[in-house]
Amino acid sequence: MTERITKSMAKNIYYGGGTFALLIFIALTFDTVHQIPERSNEVNMTESVIAGKKLWEDNNCVGCHTIIGEGAYYAPELMNVFQRRGASDEASFKSYMQGWMAAQPLDVPNRRKMPQFNLSNEEVDSLSDFLIWTSKVNANEWPPTIEG
Amino acid sequence: MKYSSQAVAKPYFIFALILLAGEILFGLLMAIQYIYGDFLFPLIPFNVLRMVHTNLLIVLLLNGFMGATYYLIPEEAERELWNPKLAIITFWIFAAAGVATILGYLFVPYAQLTELTFNNLLPTMGREFLEQPLPTKVGIVVVVLSYLLNTIMTVLLGRRTVITTVLITGLLGLAVFFLFAFYVPDNLVMDKFFWWFTVHLWVEATWELILGAILAFVLIKTTGVDREHIDKWLYLIIAMTMVSGILGTGHHFFYMGAPEYWLWIGSISSAVEPLPFFLMILFAFTMTRERKIQHDNEIALTWAKGTAVMGFLGAGVWGFFHTLAPVNMFTHGTQLTAAHGHLSFWGAYVMIMFTIISYAMPILRGRPNGNCKKAQKVELSSFWMMNIGMMGLTLALSAAGVIQILDQRVGTELISFMESQESIEGIYMLRAAFGLLILTGLFTYFYSFFVKEDNA
Repeated sequence: MTERITKSMAKNIYYGGGTFALLIFIALTFDTVHQIPERSNEVNMTESVIAGKKLWEDNNCVGCHTIIGEGAYYAPELMNVFQRRGASDEASFKSYMQGWMAAQPLDVPNRRKMPQFNLSNEEVDSLSDFLIWTSKVNANEWPPTIEG
Repeated sequence: MKYSSQAVAKPYFIFALILLAGEILFGLLMAIQYIYGDFLFPLIPFNVLRMVHTNLLIVLLLNGFMGATYYLIPEEAERELWNPKLAIITFWIFAAAGVATILGYLFVPYAQLTELTFNNLLPTMGREFLEQPLPTKVGIVVVVLSYLLNTIMTVLLGRRTVITTVLITGLLGLAVFFLFAFYVPDNLVMDKFFWWFTVHLWVEATWELILGAILAFVLIKTTGVDREHIDKWLYLIIAMTMVSGILGTGHHFFYMGAPEYWLWIGSISSAVEPLPFFLMILFAFTMTRERKIQHDNEIALTWAKGTAVMGFLGAGVWGFFHTLAPVNMFTHGTQLTAAHGHLSFWGAYVMIMFTIISYAMPILRGRPNGNCKKAQKVELSSFWMMNIGMMGLTLALSAAGVIQILDQRVGTELISFMESQESIEGIYMLRAAFGLLILTGLFTYFYSFFVKEDNA
């Protein structure tokens, strides 16, 4: 098969094909960037949601959890924790989160441990707002079930 | 060694191997914490172990690429390296920054580390694989730029070959796409979208160019096949890489908030992604069959063939398992991703590093014909130990992923993540055992450096 392909043909496929793919990729990137605000409900991205994302990063939460399917696989998916633990009710989710964060690490021998992050009540609320916002992102019907 | 400046590769290679030992050790610690949650807690929580594990991999591969480049560029360009001193200085900067960063992870709580390292000025931390503090990220940019400068100058002043052109293209891509590590939008979805520009376009596009160039170099040296012939193969491989890999980024955009059209584009492009790796197998084995010389360093060629095969399995086959959108709906964010990640990084990138080290290190140590037969035999057994270990670990993680999907995502009687993980415990023990085999293999490999021929 490869006998019939010459070096210059292969070279042209590389430059031509590579450029073509890159151009399509760039075009779609512009379109995606244009669509993300609506798909993610950026209008609902309050100061508290942004602060929550910063807390999420500053405490390296993604080092154990996944969020919208990306991260580490040591601890549960958190995109739909609002539905799973808060039954999609903001007030009950927030009070659940206050209790949960304060109780860490759980005193269950050899259960995987979540560290105590010593966040203030206000910070935990921000984290909750961030997770509530995340749960409403249009991720093409992912996750498939409530257990994530 | 044809050019004395090639010697700068040596510290890079040695340091990369030391980091690999650290990486595997931390992997093993994580494997234990997966089963016994109290292990090392609260001394080193899981997220810290993982950060050390993955960051060591990134730093060791960059070290390996730099060592490989500094070794092969003078021979390709047919002149001494433009500035060997700069290469040594950047080695020490990179090593110091790397060690300081790892120590920071281990001894400073992460939230405090973000404050100490000016993360509030320009927040870039706390994202998977890009957890490095700002000064480290800036350090990586400085080191990569000087590496690029050194490589480009050497080639400009010397002979240009297809290998050097491909290598430099890969390096430029590596440098450009790392810049996205500094862009962290407030919108999580936007953040994820551009995060992949660094992560995917490194490992599934630009790094593959670097891999192709190193592989082609070693094959020319160990088989003596005509350069024209090798060049054609290299072009063909990287053409397939670019055509499939760039739009293949789309397979990460299925279920993270990006538009629907990525379901199609990502699925179709990434269905082609195994092809360049399959071509690599044909490449390595055809060149071996058509070889003009019988190089005494047989183990280097073994590593080269192994890279092609394991790269194809890890990146190609294990990637394909979950790359079609309807399948990925169920596999996204499970241990199957981890299985694919482990075997592809091992097969494509860690093994190409072993390939070039296996070829170059004996020459750098004054043994132009490779290590003695006895040492090569020990190295061959380490080759098998590590490969069997990685394959076993991958199969274990794949099984864990499938069970996880059945437990949490298929049918009506679903159980929670934590319950599912408990049910997988036995498999995680198996995984840890394979991890131990890999570490043993690596120590066997280290031992091969010191094996001498009996009364030679």
